[in-house]
Amino acid sequence: MQAVKYARAESVEDAVRLLQEGGDGARPLAGGTDVIVQARERTRDIDLFVDIKHIPEVVDIQHGADGSLTIGAATPCYQIYGDDTIAERFPILVDSCSLIGGTAIQGRASLGGNLCNSSPAADGIPSLIVLEAQVEIAGPNGRRTVAVEDFCTSPGRNVLGSGEFVVSLSFPAPAEGSGARFLRFIPRNEMDIAVTNAATQLRLNGDGSVAWARVAIGAVAPTPLLVSEAAEALVGQPLSEDSIAAAAAASRAAASPIDDMRGSIRQRVHLAGVLTERTIRQAAERAA
Amino acid sequence: MVTAQSQPQSKETEQYNVIGTRPIRHDGVDKVTGAAQYGADLSLPGMLAGRVLRSPHAHARIVSIDTSKAEALDGVKAVITNADFPRAADAEIDTGEGTANLRWVLDNVIASDKVLYKGHAVAAVAATDHHIAEDALELIEVKYDVLTPVLDVRDAMVDGSPLLHDSLHTKELDGSTSDSASNTASHLQFTKGDTEDGFAEADVVIEREFETSMAHQGYIEPHNGTAYWRADGTLDIWTSTQGAFVVRDSVAPLLQLSPSQVKVTPMEIGGGFGGKIPVYLEPLAALLSQKTGRPVKLTMNREEVLLATGPTSGTYMRVRMGAKNDGTITAADVHLAFEAGAYPGSPVGAGAMCSLAPYDIANQKIDGYDVVVNKPKTAAYRAPGAPQAEFATESVLNELAEQIGQDPLEMRLKNASVEGNTTAAGMPFGVIGNVECMTAAQESPHWQSELEGPNRGRGVAQGFWFNIGFESSAYAQVNGDGTVPLVLGSTDIGGTRASIAMQLAETLGISSDDVHPHVVDTNSVGYTQVTGGSRTTFAGGWAAYECAMDIRKQMEQRAAQVWECEADDVTYGDDAIIRGPADEDGNDRQFTFKELAGQLATSGGHIVGRADVNKTSSGPAFATHIVDVEVDPDTGKVDILRYTAVQDAGTAIHPAYVEGQMQGGVAQGVGMALNEEYFYDDSGDLKNASLLDYRMPTALDLPMIEPIIVEVPNPGHPYGVRGVGEVPIIPPAPAVRAAIANAIGVHMTELPMSPRAILDATVLDED
Repeated sequence: MQAVKYARAESVEDAVRLLQEGGDGARPLAGGTDVIVQARERTRDIDLFVDIKHIPEVVDIQHGADGSLTIGAATPCYQIYGDDTIAERFPILVDSCSLIGGTAIQGRASLGGNLCNSSPAADGIPSLIVLEAQVEIAGPNGRRTVAVEDFCTSPGRNVLGSGEFVVSLSFPAPAEGSGARFLRFIPRNEMDIAVTNAATQLRLNGDGSVAWARVAIGAVAPTPLLVSEAAEALVGQPLSEDSIAAAAAASRAAASPIDDMRGSIRQRVHLAGVLTERTIRQAAERAA
Repeated sequence: MVTAQSQPQSKETEQYNVIGTRPIRHDGVDKVTGAAQYGADLSLPGMLAGRVLRSPHAHARIVSIDTSKAEALDGVKAVITNADFPRAADAEIDTGEGTANLRWVLDNVIASDKVLYKGHAVAAVAATDHHIAEDALELIEVKYDVLTPVLDVRDAMVDGSPLLHDSLHTKELDGSTSDSASNTASHLQFTKGDTEDGFAEADVVIEREFETSMAHQGYIEPHNGTAYWRADGTLDIWTSTQGAFVVRDSVAPLLQLSPSQVKVTPMEIGGGFGGKIPVYLEPLAALLSQKTGRPVKLTMNREEVLLATGPTSGTYMRVRMGAKNDGTITAADVHLAFEAGAYPGSPVGAGAMCSLAPYDIANQKIDGYDVVVNKPKTAAYRAPGAPQAEFATESVLNELAEQIGQDPLEMRLKNASVEGNTTAAGMPFGVIGNVECMTAAQESPHWQSELEGPNRGRGVAQGFWFNIGFESSAYAQVNGDGTVPLVLGSTDIGGTRASIAMQLAETLGISSDDVHPHVVDTNSVGYTQVTGGSRTTFAGGWAAYECAMDIRKQMEQRAAQVWECEADDVTYGDDAIIRGPADEDGNDRQFTFKELAGQLATSGGHIVGRADVNKTSSGPAFATHIVDVEVDPDTGKVDILRYTAVQDAGTAIHPAYVEGQMQGGVAQGVGMALNEEYFYDDSGDLKNASLLDYRMPTALDLPMIEPIIVEVPNPGHPYGVRGVGEVPIIPPAPAVRAAIANAIGVHMTELPMSPRAILDATVLDED
């Protein structure tokens, strides 16, 4: 591990200033479950950690009167899956947050960190995508908002500019009749990185037809993918074997994975279809 | 007595006071409170931190190494390369579970002219702290001439394959060596009967090819080694090892010291499974200490452990087996090609000897090949060679049973090795529990149960391992309060302090809690071989027995002295009462052990017992495992639903630790079966050198493993011990393979049977 400096930010403005002063070697620190390991293994050049988890706005869970939700970027996973209202309205966040790392990691790891680490296999991002999350970014030029599916740009990279960091994630209220599910495939039952993962949110009309849907897949492309074609295969008709198979085929077609020690191309493409199908069925069960 | 569980003794151990009970282990409190001292805990005044520079290439010639910039870095105290070592002699040394060429041992510790695997040590640095040492590594300039690596055993055996060693020639069956250099170090063969005749008699013949991946032992504690080369020329080493004497006898010749100049202190050990027998860091720490005059500590991180230590061989195997319709196996032809890693010495010989041992087959031919490849030098791993070889033979046997339509346990019973049989390797069986294990499995609730549900299947397999004794020693003294400190040379991996102390206690007739076992350095106890080969409770227990008999004899003599009678008239009873002839008044004279212990100091001095045993006899162990699995046909994932492990322990000295060994062996065997593999790219770069991507089973991946201990006491041991640690790793892979076949109708031909492999063999099968 390199020698690193540590600075604790007391406010969003404070953090922006520290990050700006720190330049390229500065890195926001939330739970540290990725960045500290990267510093120790020298896979990222880091000489300054700016600790953002003491800024109230960054570790907060806010439920809007309209059912919307805002989660501070550094809020640890255990607080997210331990929030009864989230469990009731956004159970897909419980799916993701209880799978990231293991129990000990979930005491520190956050959704914001999972997003900013920008791994193609991140277990948080597909859920954020199907929930239409908006990313609130603070930086030297003030604040801006980015749709989560546009946030990651390539493995380990994202749209954050110099001095910028993610403050929070906002979610619209889930509409009546909607349900969402995240699943990942790993060879073991715990402590692993997704070979492939997938999330689906859909809304059913009273007649059982699909009013709206969003499907996302991970670990099959340089970034987690929103698969519009999969959603289109579902919308406007009742769920059927044919429509689900068409959505799964759309996910397979969208997948362009690499071959590595975690999975082969053929395996990942196949699993993108399997998990798309399973998340659709289980999201529909939650919608019902 | 404090016991972990108050369970009754088995029928076979009811005759004993201590054996067969479950006292809490003597080292338990230190282990659970964190007081136990491991190698990484060690801190000495003036100690330096060392780091090792490792090769980024799998196969390359070292053109030059420039250490000058590293040496100039503030805080760096020494940098060493292979050139700093004395030239190693071309001689064989004892390496614990075999012998090895000294020059190759040194070259594996630190590369000389070539690097032969990614992670091969090239240089080592000692600095005032760990971070400076790490910075210094980046300043060492090594020029490599990169060569094409050979990563697969079959590729390595082909003529024209890139050669790892220009000086390596194949040792042929007739003892001659090949004319041209080769990656095949040796060919061995065992035969019995005539396989051609045997196959002619068969109604059904099945031939299968198998490939298995290298697999790591997976001990949680990484390697470490601390050395202090004193001004008087003596060398102290503290390390995590399975055999302190083997470390002494490996390090001394590498540094051209006499073994008497080297003292090795074994620290507590966080797992070994065979992988903590070779030396890696100790010689480097020693030389760095010599250069600096200060103690030097080296530790590995997990990546280094996976890149450069262990593993067990990857293999290519082919088995042809024939049987009559009544289930009689008439012939078996076994071909085993084992990857040795960078230097010769795979466990193919042991694998070959074990491969068909559970069965009395009239006609056998077993060929083994020891082959070097550009991967880490293999080390012993729990029943070295047997899990692979028996995976191949057990798998084909299961398929034969399926094809004939015979129950797989019935077919095994029909062909089972029994007392009086001799294996193809010429090993005669005495009293063994092979049949008893199979019968106990048949009678188990698991085998008697019905398995229901889609994509579920059941499999069974047998396993065999030798368990040989070798040398162990023990010293014990009798304290005035009747307690007995016991000094051992065996590092305690699986509860051997307890199992050896219990045999001493049994022999003396005292409580296990009154025996205080201590594992000490090489100057403080007699020669003791490694903790390995399932030999420690067997040979260490035998040494404890003889040590206790020595004490009994001396106690008799002392009582005779006190009573002024002949020693022959005094008897030490198994109840720990020393009885003498009646006194002048006709009164019985006796001492309890504690009474006499209290009088030792005033009646002529204390008593010390000692023993050194060297037993070449063995206590063969057999196991029968049953497993139920469920396969997810869409993802290829296999879940273990239920697992029963039956094993002959001879006598289970401490049944809870026997069960622990059985369960641990199953966990590792299931790991090899399902997910553990070395994942190399074409350049020989190991892509999964972390416990994230080298997937050992977690607690969530295994059900409670149900142990059934069978006790067929070994007549070749004072207490019937056979040794238990190794055999339970053998049956899991073939049993899981059979269960998968039973579930989804696909017979896998590779290990691990990962989700990827199962998908490739099923829904993604393009053939």
